[in-house]
Amino acid sequence: MTDTVLAAPVAATPKGPRKRDFGLKRRHAAERRFRLFGLAAIAIGLGFLALLLGSVVLKGYTAFVQTSVTFPIAFDPAIIDKDNKRASDPKVLVAANYPVVARNGLAAVLGVDVKDKKAMKELGNFLSDSSRVPLRDFVTANPAVIGQTRDFTLLLSADLDSASKGQIDLGVPEAKRKVSDRQLAWLKTLRDKGMISTPFNWGLLTFGASSRPEAAGLGVALIGSFIMMVVVLVCALPLGVAASIYLEEFARKTRFTDFIEVNINNLAAVPSIVYGLLGLSVFINVLGLPRSAPIVGGLVLSLMTLPTIIIATRAALRSVPPSIRAAALGIGASRMQMVFDHVLPLATPGILTGTIIGLARALGETAPLLLIGMVAFVSDYPTNPFEPATAMPVQIYMWANEAERAFVERSSGAIIVLMIMLLLMNLVAIVLRRRFERRW
Amino acid sequence: MSLDTTVETAEPVLHPKMQGDKVSVFYSGKQALFDVSLRIGANQVTSLIGPSGCGKSTFLRSLNRMNDTIDGCRVAGKITLDDEDIYDPDIDVVELRARVGMVFQKPNPFPKSIYENVAYGPRIHGIARGRAELDEIVHSSLRRAGLWNEVKDRLAEPGTGLSGGQQQRLCIARAIATRPEVLLMDEPCSALDPIATAVIEELIDELRENFTIVIVTHSMQQAARVSQKTAFFHLGKLIEEGRTEDIFTNPRNKQTQDYITGRIG
Repeated sequence: MTDTVLAAPVAATPKGPRKRDFGLKRRHAAERRFRLFGLAAIAIGLGFLALLLGSVVLKGYTAFVQTSVTFPIAFDPAIIDKDNKRASDPKVLVAANYPVVARNGLAAVLGVDVKDKKAMKELGNFLSDSSRVPLRDFVTANPAVIGQTRDFTLLLSADLDSASKGQIDLGVPEAKRKVSDRQLAWLKTLRDKGMISTPFNWGLLTFGASSRPEAAGLGVALIGSFIMMVVVLVCALPLGVAASIYLEEFARKTRFTDFIEVNINNLAAVPSIVYGLLGLSVFINVLGLPRSAPIVGGLVLSLMTLPTIIIATRAALRSVPPSIRAAALGIGASRMQMVFDHVLPLATPGILTGTIIGLARALGETAPLLLIGMVAFVSDYPTNPFEPATAMPVQIYMWANEAERAFVERSSGAIIVLMIMLLLMNLVAIVLRRRFERRW
Repeated sequence: MSLDTTVETAEPVLHPKMQGDKVSVFYSGKQALFDVSLRIGANQVTSLIGPSGCGKSTFLRSLNRMNDTIDGCRVAGKITLDDEDIYDPDIDVVELRARVGMVFQKPNPFPKSIYENVAYGPRIHGIARGRAELDEIVHSSLRRAGLWNEVKDRLAEPGTGLSGGQQQRLCIARAIATRPEVLLMDEPCSALDPIATAVIEELIDELRENFTIVIVTHSMQQAARVSQKTAFFHLGKLIEEGRTEDIFTNPRNKQTQDYITGRIG
């Protein structure tokens, strides 16, 4: 039955239905081509990212360890307190010549004659100048130690640290490098005796500014950046969210609000250095706030972050379905109840994400901070927002300008720290978004 | 051309709960509703029918001033609730919407728990004193919305997790929890399947005892099934209003007849 039915039309048109040309070949080729372009773009992007991260990490990972030497130090009263006045004058212990104490201890270990002045000078350069501080603090806290011998761990000087990390080109003639053959030999001796250690370099995260790389750290910059982030959060978030809520939920669309909207979008595109100039002339010159202070930096960054937060918040508010607003208004909620009970909770993940991305941008911002004097040599921790501080990116900028090999390593290390912080912030953004996200 | 001659009116409503008098609505200057006068009887179901864009939803939304929320919308004429002008500057729109509740076309529960959905209205209006009373309002509202048996064990679950028909009944429960006098329904069944629609229609019939209901619907069968009074809108004008059986069996106007027989719309 079926056969006969089918057979009839086939017989009538023996060639069968004419094959239509859908251009499939061309269309598939175009699709493949497009996909290839996309993959190539992503591959190039990833390649550059890997290159960047690779170079920073390779240069910087050594900054996280610092070469130290542990050796017995004899706290010789003849050097620390020659005239035996420490009972009456506490300043004696503070002003004592601790580097000599340390140097003599090291000389004893290495068998160097204390009278060999040239050797002793090289030995002095072997240890970090900053050794003075821990020794001083130790002795003033425990004066009883004078006259005794204690094992003490001190940092090597930056040059020896670099040498120990293999960063110094030993092919260069001795006279032209900062590390002498004798110092290298001492290093080897100490290493063979098991006195050299490479502990995690907490100093990178805690020390303030210093012209000696081994004693320079991000401490002040971390605190400065933290204070600025707090200032930005306190100033920009409430202001930005309030402005967005007003513009999005309360203000009627008029020419004036359009004008404001255009201006906010423009502000987001203003180069950050312009905000620095604004901060300099308004906060410092007019309002008389101190230079180099994180409060000023925070205010400048707040101005810079405000448009970002407003744009993100408005987008988040706009993405809340209008049916939710209608539902709330329909049962007699006031506009404010509608916003705060229903719209804002739904917009929260978007607002938080936008804010954190704005904060992350502010954290990495350098140019405006240069103009308000946050590029400064600050060695003491700021205790309040009005005291001088630096910021992480500025610290990187300053270290990158230094010539010494140990600073190259430190600036890369600081970049790693900064990037880890940015990654953490983005992670927080993702977690918060996941946590608050609701479907409707 | 006077209004009274164009609108065919049968059987006056004796106790109008709400009354529109020459209501015109403009969206950004464009007129969407032309001099509509309609009386809405207490404890009746009034259905507004007509083709898309005929202004029936616009009229409905002006009854609880939801049009206020649209930028550039202007309402002219007079609408009264119990002889009180609802567009009077002294009228608080929050109070009005507590008295004139609304159910929307698409079920729009809050993304909160079922309990919270229903409790929100009574809470903001301070209707309940204490937790026990609030519980009682929520339970009775869900019961009256015919949803109680399906959700009584999962009041803490999100309202958005319910099926479409359940969500719409949740929205009805939410609307009646504030004890409104009038309930406006904007095509409440258009997003629902026939079974859910039947449940809602039955519900509307039960709710008539306690509420005055105005329903916009695209389905003429639905209007015939649930309403006592029907108003036919076309191109922003009220063409004919009257008892539902009269409109469907014996329309006076040619356009009405064309619409209900399926020739226009």
